[in-house]
Amino acid sequence: MRMNGAEAILRSLEAEGVDVAFGLPGGAILPLYDAFARGTTVRHVLARHEQGAGHMAQGYARASGRAGVAIATSGPGATNLVTPIADAWMDSTPLVCITGQVRSSLIGSDAFQECDITGITIPIVKHSWLVQDVEELPHVLKAAFHVARTGRCGPVLVDVPRDIQEAALDFSYPDEVSLPGWKPPRRGHERQIQAAAAAIAAAERPILYVGGGVLNAGATEELRTLAEAARLPVVTTLMAKGAFPETHELHAGWPGMHGPKWSNWALNKADLIVAVGARFDDRVTGKLAAFAPGARVVHLDVDAAEISKIRRADVPVVGPLKPVLAELGRLLRELEPAARTEPWLRQIAEWRDAFPLRYGRDGDLLKPQLVLETLQELTAARDDVVWTTGVGQHQMWAMQYLLCDRPRTFITSGGLGTMGYGVPAAIGAKAARPDATVVCVDGDGCFQMTQQELATAVLEDLPIVVVIVNNGYLGMVRQWQDMFFEERFSQIHLTHAVPDYAALARAYGAEGFTVESEDDLEGALSQAIACGRTAVVDARVDPREHCFPMIPAGAAALDLVEYEDDAEAVIA
Amino acid sequence: MKHTLSVLVENKPGVLMRITSMFARRGYNIESLAVGPTERHDVSRITLRVDCETSPLEQIEKQMHKLVNVLRVSELVAGESIERELVLMKVAAPPSKRAELMALGEVFHARVVDLGPESIVFELTGAPEDVDSFEELVRPHGLQELVRTGRIGLGRAHKPNRNRPRQHVLA
Repeated sequence: MRMNGAEAILRSLEAEGVDVAFGLPGGAILPLYDAFARGTTVRHVLARHEQGAGHMAQGYARASGRAGVAIATSGPGATNLVTPIADAWMDSTPLVCITGQVRSSLIGSDAFQECDITGITIPIVKHSWLVQDVEELPHVLKAAFHVARTGRCGPVLVDVPRDIQEAALDFSYPDEVSLPGWKPPRRGHERQIQAAAAAIAAAERPILYVGGGVLNAGATEELRTLAEAARLPVVTTLMAKGAFPETHELHAGWPGMHGPKWSNWALNKADLIVAVGARFDDRVTGKLAAFAPGARVVHLDVDAAEISKIRRADVPVVGPLKPVLAELGRLLRELEPAARTEPWLRQIAEWRDAFPLRYGRDGDLLKPQLVLETLQELTAARDDVVWTTGVGQHQMWAMQYLLCDRPRTFITSGGLGTMGYGVPAAIGAKAARPDATVVCVDGDGCFQMTQQELATAVLEDLPIVVVIVNNGYLGMVRQWQDMFFEERFSQIHLTHAVPDYAALARAYGAEGFTVESEDDLEGALSQAIACGRTAVVDARVDPREHCFPMIPAGAAALDLVEYEDDAEAVIA
Repeated sequence: MKHTLSVLVENKPGVLMRITSMFARRGYNIESLAVGPTERHDVSRITLRVDCETSPLEQIEKQMHKLVNVLRVSELVAGESIERELVLMKVAAPPSKRAELMALGEVFHARVVDLGPESIVFELTGAPEDVDSFEELVRPHGLQELVRTGRIGLGRAHKPNRNRPRQHVLA
């Protein structure tokens, strides 16, 4: 069929089954937007900033398991996508970015809104293409989606000069990709899987250390079958929250810098760590030399480069996690190792009872942890909630107090730690899951980085609930300055009151609630969740509260710092 | 420990940048690098010399394998491969020193490719170690300018199977 490059992009997206794309038009991408105007089945969500569009596409991808699509113009439009691309790179989120570029004849001439976005993004994409011939376009888009979603998921970028969008071609969408250098593993090595099974069966204190790779692999059922078959405790990283039911008796919490003491003990005192789609991030291990000193390591990952990158693997298994976990589960059922781990499971349960999360309830001020506890209570009976967060203290409290039993229900910026991720990610998640109740737990600092996307939520009819854990500070920075910089507070005070978040929400046509005391908390949260519209709850909390436990940077995981007892104020 | 990697890549724009960017980002130092065509017009070969221990080398190879345009990565192991380098060097050569220098060049099979009143330009192709030796011997005479291509290499003809990508999955 004869059409121009811009139409070919849309026909390609349609052929890939893309139902929603997120973007913002500009000069070099005008032909593509003209094609949108002339008709497509792809819904376009108009963001207020390209960074918002990128994070929306990420939220969409993480909620749905499909690749998210973000569209921007050349120059500043493209550079505004850099943060979402870097975020998607660190968190292995399948993301296809399509950017306009100045006309081919102008490339290299420092033309208006020209920038070398393929060059800028080389270190943070799986691959990128600058399309130089309109005939290549369908093949490039086919390859882009293929690369984003196969092997270890991640971002790709397709840069399309304006004249290529305008040039004519005979369109047909290819069935196959031709990428001779892209060969992600298709199966795990049989003998390695057998070695892994033997190691698990022989261990007395084994633990499954599960990362976000399990969610990308769609292998949560296989993981659960394996854990139950071999009676293995499971810790899930921040990226894997929801990959294993958190109310399951085998769930042993979350390891890492702000994970509960019992979870960190379980991981660090194990004699066998089975890492599944996890990468021994420094926020999980703490001081590497002191991490899990007595453990052998079985490492399952689709990305061979993660094997022995940080911690040497005694038994590496490279392959797609779904069949690898299924085979491992099958082998372990045959080996019947289960009873062996009961004393270890009892030990972890004892630690869990001995070291619960604690915080003080002194004074009149609302405690941030109570906001999360209340959210958990209000939603415990629901099966339709998808959480997103920003980055900082509120994110860590969300990890600690919200219990996620279903995959793809906790969407957060892990590796890059991108403040401002929460609101746009929530909008993207809502676009992917219109049936879901999407709640963004945000900080006041984070919210102010992308709050303009409230307009997108309201006008695109993608209602989300934003709960701002508003301590008036860049809270995590405050905590570090308090603990490690002798209380020299520097450039962190945002104030509780500016802006008035509820009034700001109303200015955007959303509902706004202000909560200043415990008495108002449950009512406001219930109303916000029930209202069916975009709503912002400004929960003004105690700014002095620290997030505990904490493994100080560079310290051993076993040396985590706990909340210090204040006899009359502690609740267990 | 120094290693030579031979990398076959698709002959496409920006491939070299993707590889060197990966080296820079992950903190690996490239000692020398040579790029050129191969027997296939759509494939180029990049020969890289890196200085690192075995474990980071495996990481380098795996990270390179993840690049979409990279077709094959193999290590050229000493003794099982042939490595060559081309050097041009301009050496101070007043008439009184010329004969001595030219005799030196003959020992190394270096060719004199240019001769001026006060200097001489040698060309030498050989194993990188021979190039090093010649350079050291010539240096005291007044080495004015030098350019080396960086090493290139191939697996030996009688051991073709060694020139294969390293297996990352332990068998």
